[in-house]
Amino acid sequence: MPAATIIPWGNMASIPDILDTMDYGPAPEDASFAYEWLEGHGGGFGHFINGRFTKLGKTLFESRNPANGKRLANLTQATKADVNKAVKAAGEAQAAWAALPGHERAKHLYALARIVQKESRFLAVLDTLDNGKPIRETRDIDIHFTHHAGWAQIMASALQGAEPLGVCGQIIPWNFPLLMLAWKVAPALAAGNTVVLKPAEYTSLSALYFAQLAQEVGLPKGVLNILTGDGTVGEMIVNHPGIDKIAFTGSTEVGKRIAAATAGSGKKLGLELGGKSPYIVFDDADLDSTVEGLIDAIFFNQGEVCCAGSRLLVQEGVAGTLSQKLKTRLNSFRIGDPLDKCIDMGALADPVQVERVKSLITASSQEGAEAWQPDISVPEQGCYIAPTLLENVGQSNIAVREEVFGPVLTIQTFRTLNEAATLANNTRYGLAASIWSENIGRCLDMAGRIKAGVIWINTANQFDAAVGFGGYKESGFGREGGLEGLRAYVKEPWPWTGPAQVAKPKSRETSPPSIDQTPKNYIGGKQARPDGGRTRAVLSAGEEIIGRVGDGNRKDIRNAVEAALKAQPGWAAMTGHSKAQILYYLAENLSQRASDFETRLEALTGSGSATAEVSLSIARLFSAAAWADKFDGAVHSPPKQNITLAVNEPQGVLGLVCPDDAPLLSFVTMTAAAIAAGNTVVTMPSERYPLLATDMIQVLETSDVPAGVLNIVTGETAALTKTLAEHDAIDGLWLHADKDTCRLAEQAGAMNVKRMWCSHGQALDWADPIFDGDALLRLGSEVKNIWLPYGE
Amino acid sequence: MAETVTLFAITPETRNPGIALDLDAIASVRVNRAAVDRRIASLAGRRTVKKAWQAAWLLKAVSCLDLTTLSGDDTPGRVRRLCAKARQPLRSELKDQLGITDLPLTVGAVCVYHDMVETAVTALEGSGIPVAAVSTGFPAGLSPFNLRLAEIEASVAAGAQEIDIVISRRHVLTEDWPALYEEVKAFRQACGPAHIKAILATGELGSLKKVGQASLVAMMAGADFIKTSTGMESVNATLPVSLTMVRAIRSYYEATGVRIGFKPAGGISTAKDALAYLILMKEELGRAWLDPHLFRFGASRLLADIERQLSHHATGRYARGDHNPLG
Repeated sequence: MPAATIIPWGNMASIPDILDTMDYGPAPEDASFAYEWLEGHGGGFGHFINGRFTKLGKTLFESRNPANGKRLANLTQATKADVNKAVKAAGEAQAAWAALPGHERAKHLYALARIVQKESRFLAVLDTLDNGKPIRETRDIDIHFTHHAGWAQIMASALQGAEPLGVCGQIIPWNFPLLMLAWKVAPALAAGNTVVLKPAEYTSLSALYFAQLAQEVGLPKGVLNILTGDGTVGEMIVNHPGIDKIAFTGSTEVGKRIAAATAGSGKKLGLELGGKSPYIVFDDADLDSTVEGLIDAIFFNQGEVCCAGSRLLVQEGVAGTLSQKLKTRLNSFRIGDPLDKCIDMGALADPVQVERVKSLITASSQEGAEAWQPDISVPEQGCYIAPTLLENVGQSNIAVREEVFGPVLTIQTFRTLNEAATLANNTRYGLAASIWSENIGRCLDMAGRIKAGVIWINTANQFDAAVGFGGYKESGFGREGGLEGLRAYVKEPWPWTGPAQVAKPKSRETSPPSIDQTPKNYIGGKQARPDGGRTRAVLSAGEEIIGRVGDGNRKDIRNAVEAALKAQPGWAAMTGHSKAQILYYLAENLSQRASDFETRLEALTGSGSATAEVSLSIARLFSAAAWADKFDGAVHSPPKQNITLAVNEPQGVLGLVCPDDAPLLSFVTMTAAAIAAGNTVVTMPSERYPLLATDMIQVLETSDVPAGVLNIVTGETAALTKTLAEHDAIDGLWLHADKDTCRLAEQAGAMNVKRMWCSHGQALDWADPIFDGDALLRLGSEVKNIWLPYGE
Repeated sequence: MAETVTLFAITPETRNPGIALDLDAIASVRVNRAAVDRRIASLAGRRTVKKAWQAAWLLKAVSCLDLTTLSGDDTPGRVRRLCAKARQPLRSELKDQLGITDLPLTVGAVCVYHDMVETAVTALEGSGIPVAAVSTGFPAGLSPFNLRLAEIEASVAAGAQEIDIVISRRHVLTEDWPALYEEVKAFRQACGPAHIKAILATGELGSLKKVGQASLVAMMAGADFIKTSTGMESVNATLPVSLTMVRAIRSYYEATGVRIGFKPAGGISTAKDALAYLILMKEELGRAWLDPHLFRFGASRLLADIERQLSHHATGRYARGDHNPLG
């Protein structure tokens, strides 16, 4: 298939004609060398395993050019044996790769950066042929390798003691084939992991060419393995026991399936999923620039971008003007051959995607949207769709709620900043947002209110290797890029000590009447009777009933979550200093009652170290208080006129399920760190020793902890954990429980893309000084990157 | 073919009558520098012209050129040579090679100081090429106001059909919009039938927002063209400044239905630069602005590079500098 046959250019218009029309004419990028490479491989490829390309397999599938539907190459569908081989190769290579001095890994990554830079045009052409994206949009891939060569170089000092995870399974989407590969492979290798990567089946070619380049620059065999195939290959990678981490970028639906599949496996998970990002325009914005920003936000890469600004929210007073300006701009929009250097938008990646986008436009129209498309020429053959505006849409319209992943923009109006924030957050996603206003105060206020991992102020769709990227809610968790992205590829520093002693619950439902006070749940700053009206007896170390606590049920959890949600914005917005004061005050009041707690601890656990545990708990409150006003973010300086504020933000509402070990210390350590980071929490104390937490209620009440910040529900761990995990409004769950409870919770949490930290039946050394550091605060927060371009 | 090509004739355009000074409109101007820069950066990757299209677009640039000499050592002889170049910007052999032998190609205007107006008018007689005079105490614009008006009148009397005036930058820097409005309005009146190009000296205005505001005021006061620079400031025409000005032109057009011309001047010396400006005009304002009655380049060295590029297009070879005739 020589290039000439697919390129319909060549008819020359006469110069006087052109002078009349002032048309642009064709400006084709030469793709012949890419076709030569494909032909050189006989039009077919195997996998890249252990430093070698395998032969063409038995089951093949076609990679097609979406711009014209023609076949580019035959690719091999990986079998279980292929997956086994790749994981084995990666596993065998990992120790030696990790053992290399940082400088050696840095040299390899630098070599990858340089070769990718040298071959950038070839790689760009391949991605354009394979994916349909405009040729100009495929660039700046090498910076990710350069940036991570740097991390490899300095990791030993920048992340002291950090260890790689092992073998990383990486599954990437078709929208940015090589860029997503770079985002995944570079940090994994920098940290000393090895990789089994599966590119999307529509767009595997640049990954295979990249493998060839890696081979050329001498990347050790087995460090990078690439398997081609469809979702079933991804599934085999996800389920393979030799994989230590899964990094996935793709749809929320598949992300949930992966989270569920890895439940209980102990595999680390990074999910970068869908979005429905708002593009908010205030009445004092530069409207002309806002229009171009929209072109970058929603029509970049045909709208096939997880962080596309697909919901325009415009202040009512300028809505008409903006809509008119946007339509005027779109009437000179150019769609065409992706290899042409004179277009705004190319082809969608596959006919399946075209059908999906069209059906969503139809469904949205049927639900009342007014669809508008510009009067421009759209090629009849190939996967092309005109830019589409959907006006007159309510919040329930399908196009407002569902990710379209195409060049489709909904347009809605708002009146006030408050209303804009409410509309912006009224989505199951939380990936990105654009905010347009010439008032920096307004912009930053808004940036803080939107629950999204990336905020672009007066810009859209900007990325940099040093700036983390990732979402909240059903847009996934974890960050890619920067230090936060690197941390996702090293082991967490928790001091596990081995299997937790199975502490059979020693409370009985049918016990004699209470001989002590009956502590209640603590919800919204008030002591609340358990909804079910039932209690659980608590036994002493000597198996005598020494108290009763409420037997909480799902409604108690519901009430506690509501209280935590209500308290969340206020607590998150409170200054670090104020949070610190409250935590210090808690420590002060606990110390006043230290002897009561020591007595209680001894009675319950028979522990001889009660004094130490109480005093360590007081110190932990001090540590959390100390961090509360020091847990600061960073400022990045990405290219052009930009600064980026990397802000540590609380995740929101956390569920904390405490272990039986060190029942006071574990309770204090987790809750104090979680709220110091700005979260509000629903805490389930140790099932066996809940009285320590309920005794804390009086301390909380005397320490000015705002109502709803810290809620306590006592009861049976397994049952209440299920409710916590299933609750959509709980953003993260720290679960210290047996294996089964953890696995079931991870399965349930997968359905709402919850951030999970599970002990899987292991015990922690709660006295370890790691807990005086900021590790738990990081666990309970995410980095929000706020891009602030500047200039007069 | 040539008969059907009407674009090199100046299309009669309704002259800008000006409107009352609208301070609200001026106060509402917003320009985000970073976003403007990003638009300019991205435009280069979104639009380009190649082969015959590039040749045609470069010919268009020639037709929009204000061939300029503004030197203290200008003489009648030098001006006459420039005027000859204006009449015949390309050697006939090159036109033949491009297949446009009969295309009536001239530059847009010849731009000189007042003292050279008469010479230029005489030299260009019968060609239809207008003479533009820089005026009003060009380039600083700080001579006595009555002399500035008198200078305009003298140049118009000498045959200048276009007057490039300079505004008082201090009115912009102190945001004295009524003073700027009255100044340009007075200049416009002094111009009479001659078209007025208002030079904003954008390199001295300090911000893109002020560039946008000054553009609007000049148009409200009746300017036929707005022009970036004298060519004498330390920063002259740039694409971000031009984007800001053409967007102001668009908003004035949307408000009044009147098309104002745009002239970037100073520092535009390569064919590639010229194409970038033409593309900017087409993208932001549309095809209508790609003719000399609404778009001009103020440049002295640009033509030489355009000839070089056209010669390469026509022959496929790189020409020696002295194969192309001097201006």
